Amino acid sequence: MSQSISPKMEPLLDVRGVTLQYKTKEHLVTATYRVDFQVFKSDRYVLLGPSGCGKSTLLKAVGGYLAPTEGEIRLKGAVITKPGPDRMMVFQEFDQLMPWKTVRENVVFPLVASGKHAGRAAEDKAMQYIEKVNLVKFANHYPHMLSGGMKQRVAIARGMAMEPDVLLMDEPYAALDALTRRKMQEELLQLWDDTHFTVIFVTHSIPEAIKCGNRILLLSPHPGQVKAELASVPRDPPNADAAKALENRIHDMLFVDEIEEPEEPQHA
Amino acid sequence: MPSKDAMLIVRPEIHHELVGAEAFGVVEKPLSIFERLYNISALRKAAILLMLALAWEIGARLLDNDLLVLAALLTAIGIASRIGTDFLETLTSMFNPLPAIALLPIALIWFGLGNGSLIFVLVHSVLWSVALNTHSGFLAVSNTLRMVGKNYGLGGFAYVAQILIPAAFPSILTGLKIGWAFAWRTLIASELVFGVSSGSGGLGWYIYENKNQLEITNVFAGLFMVIMIGLAVENLIFRYIESRTVRKWGMQH
Repeated sequence: MSQSISPKMEPLLDVRGVTLQYKTKEHLVTATYRVDFQVFKSDRYVLLGPSGCGKSTLLKAVGGYLAPTEGEIRLKGAVITKPGPDRMMVFQEFDQLMPWKTVRENVVFPLVASGKHAGRAAEDKAMQYIEKVNLVKFANHYPHMLSGGMKQRVAIARGMAMEPDVLLMDEPYAALDALTRRKMQEELLQLWDDTHFTVIFVTHSIPEAIKCGNRILLLSPHPGQVKAELASVPRDPPNADAAKALENRIHDMLFVDEIEEPEEPQHA
Repeated sequence: MPSKDAMLIVRPEIHHELVGAEAFGVVEKPLSIFERLYNISALRKAAILLMLALAWEIGARLLDNDLLVLAALLTAIGIASRIGTDFLETLTSMFNPLPAIALLPIALIWFGLGNGSLIFVLVHSVLWSVALNTHSGFLAVSNTLRMVGKNYGLGGFAYVAQILIPAAFPSILTGLKIGWAFAWRTLIASELVFGVSSGSGGLGWYIYENKNQLEITNVFAGLFMVIMIGLAVENLIFRYIESRTVRKWGMQH
């Protein structure tokens, strides 16, 4: 577990003092307040918090869909101003795939549309990543013929094929059944062992955060503020006790407010 | 054996004290009066109707009643914004219920007896249903898909052509179907009035003439042809397009 790291190493993504606000029909809502965090190369960085902590909004801001009202987000030193193919998103919703394109075309499309690859090279790159997620047999199927887990795999392959600076995953497994979710988590780790891509992963599941992440950012709700940034437990050898202990610790940290205010209604 | 995570950067844990609610002032604040008024679509549409009336008046005085130039001018105003959306909705709800055939007298005055008038009323009959359906199709495109498109760096025309149009294709196709039926109806009806060009040719004219000569069998034959052509377009052309697109994509069953 030891390695030598120069302390001056630059973060890949630098989020500084980011306050995010958005408008609903009636209100102006502050989603996060002065959030700071840094993501380094090859991190599996998890944003964890209860609903209402602005973690998805934060990820959308990193994606460039939302401009901070205060603070800035820098990727490799450059301020993020708009969405771009250097930050590929994987969403929770199954309808993120284009229903009018086959699996292969779905993966090829961003490669060509962003001008990263063309023709043969794009096809090869796409097939390479479709193979990584074990969907070669389904390459010519349309999305409506696939199961939910397969659709998420295609979305992940599509994101990874672009070889972005950072892959942004917004609760990608939240809509899957428990068994599929476990399998997908393991596959994600295998893919990571393969290519060491940098990923920011939003979840509200503490075990998922511990399993998939190496760094975990805890956010508190209304509005989202950084509570702590923790290191996850080492993956090998797997240590169930340490994972359990960390899970309890995170649980206590997240729900400390509720213990102080017992008159609050129980969380649904 | 080195750890799988060996190449990751190990750094100390970070803990923050949370700031209390007083620090950031607003967590949730009501929008300003103007923003709220702007959010009421009836008000926006009333404003548009007012502007339309105004534009009509100004246009009529300046352009010496050149309606087409006026229409082109109006279409050019705002497409992307919510005002653009409202504008299209208002225009559509104004003109969609207006029977194309009711415009025939005006068309005859402007374009004379012949193809010009026919094309004018046909465009009118197709335009609004296609516009309405295309527009509601665009509105129904899921937010996720829009974000995906933006993620690829698509913008402007490429975004419309490669994301919005295919995603809204079921609605567009429905609009085309309705539009075709309207157009076919309008065509036959206007032929009943003056034929394809100044009193000659066309199925409608055929029906009309045979009615005048009390050749009822021919009238029925004409009607039969109108129905047959309608059936063929619906079942051959549209069915074919559907099976090659929306059905194959699982967007329609």
